[in-house]
Amino acid sequence: MSTMIETKDLDFTYPAGENEAGQPALRRVELSIEKGSFVAILGHNGSGKSTLAKQFNAVLLPCGGKVWVEGMDTQEEELLLEIRRRVGMVFQNPDNQIVANVVEEDVAFAPENLGVPPLEIRKRVDDALAAVGMSEFTRHAPHLLSGGQKQRVAIAGVIAMDPECIVLDEATAMLDPMGRREVLDTVEQLNREQGMTVILITHHMDEAARAGRVIVMSQGQAVMDGTPRDIFSRVEELRALGLTVPDTVALLYDLTQHGWQVPLGALTVEECADAVCRSIQ
Amino acid sequence: MEPILQVEHLTHTYSAGTPFERNAVEDMHLTAYPGELLGIIGHTGSGKSTLIQHLNGLLKPTAGTVRLNGRDIWGDPKKIRDVRFRVGLVFQYPEYQLFEETVYKDIAFGPGNMGLPQDEIDRRVREAAAFVGVPESMLDKSPFELSGGQKRRVAIAGVLAMDPKVLVLDEPTAGLDPHGRESILSQIRAYHKAKNNTVLLVSHSMEEIARNADRILVLRNARNYMEGTPKEVFSHAAELEGAGLDVPQVTKVAMELKRRGLDIDPTVYTLEGLEAELLRLKGGSARA
Repeated sequence: MSTMIETKDLDFTYPAGENEAGQPALRRVELSIEKGSFVAILGHNGSGKSTLAKQFNAVLLPCGGKVWVEGMDTQEEELLLEIRRRVGMVFQNPDNQIVANVVEEDVAFAPENLGVPPLEIRKRVDDALAAVGMSEFTRHAPHLLSGGQKQRVAIAGVIAMDPECIVLDEATAMLDPMGRREVLDTVEQLNREQGMTVILITHHMDEAARAGRVIVMSQGQAVMDGTPRDIFSRVEELRALGLTVPDTVALLYDLTQHGWQVPLGALTVEECADAVCRSIQ
Repeated sequence: MEPILQVEHLTHTYSAGTPFERNAVEDMHLTAYPGELLGIIGHTGSGKSTLIQHLNGLLKPTAGTVRLNGRDIWGDPKKIRDVRFRVGLVFQYPEYQLFEETVYKDIAFGPGNMGLPQDEIDRRVREAAAFVGVPESMLDKSPFELSGGQKRRVAIAGVLAMDPKVLVLDEPTAGLDPHGRESILSQIRAYHKAKNNTVLLVSHSMEEIARNADRILVLRNARNYMEGTPKEVFSHAAELEGAGLDVPQVTKVAMELKRRGLDIDPTVYTLEGLEAELLRLKGGSARA
């Protein structure tokens, strides 16, 4: 089976009460995510991207339609533990995810709950911390770490479950550029070296640019789906959806408005400079 | 021009005498001039939050002085509370500070504590709400009925209502999407222009600071690292990257183009600036 996650006619409405009374948060979402892929889900606040992410490991269940994780229906209660073992989530606030006083105990939390034998737990904890580059902090107190370090410990806690897929729900929103880079480098490495499926919910364009596929959400629906290069060159569409494009693309777009002939699909500094230099020749 | 805020040789030690003893801020300086918008940047752990909490006397220096209008704010420790009305501090994720029954009452809390007459409080609440785009219809609502972005605006209004001479904002756009970020920043700009007071903006985002600050202070590892105009600071790309920060992407493109032999100013740091340079080189038709 090469499909990691699949949704069909997915509808979801938050119960009436809190903010808005029963606003549909997801409307007929139909997606298929391949194993081993690195997908970014973009959207303005309120677009439904976090709500969608929470469907992927059954934190939320569909009001209509279905979600399957490796063929398992998320609405089947007996399968919940297995679904959540295979799809791990890392949330936005590092402080809301750390439960232990010592890093290694926090990473061991999930495997302990899954009934993994003690010797195996030791191995998993060490391997997970190595995978995120935090081995030297094994016996540190988590609350003394920086934001980026805490998030890497949270990722290690997920890896220790030996998942197939990691979902990061705006996991870098509270981090500085260095912390964001650390987290992105880590998940990119996991994707590349271990074939881990990575789903990145974000509104940072530079992060989405590193994915293999970008899905744009708006008002509960998936409205754009393609490679970063394709998606980011659709400048006017993205702006109409309340999003921005990387500055490299914005520059080229503005130059085309002045009559220059330049391609818009330039994500990196080098590509942008290439496009400009070629046009000046 | 005399500085409005001056911090000299500031050191702050957390957990003194324990194994966790740490100087979060070491021999730090800060000078802010009346009317300017000063940007403060630094990696996590560089001392930004500790520094700004000294500006309104929430933290007391282990060593060094903090002067407001030339006077040591700790000169008369019993009067330290007054300093907090003159230096307004908006924390990160300020929506967590909301507590009152209505938006109006929450915004009125600060000016109420200042002992102002009711009509003055009312005027300030409405003015502050207008600055952040909170409509009159929202004033009677409970803060907890609002969305995250709306709550944030209300929290900021609560500080603006005290009409501080110096407004310090710690990452006011943290966690917001691009639209939300630009919205808050343009409101801060408009407020700054209207009040002509001093604004200190702490941010991680180089682009944000580049677009908004008159001057920039860069912190690194609990100490001062660099200070100057955006142009001056962003011309030191390599050093900034070493300090865990980044130059704006636009500056990187400009530097790369210069490296390839194009005759442009490599220290340009805004999109508009780089476009102007390129159009100067090649020209173009009128905007379509």
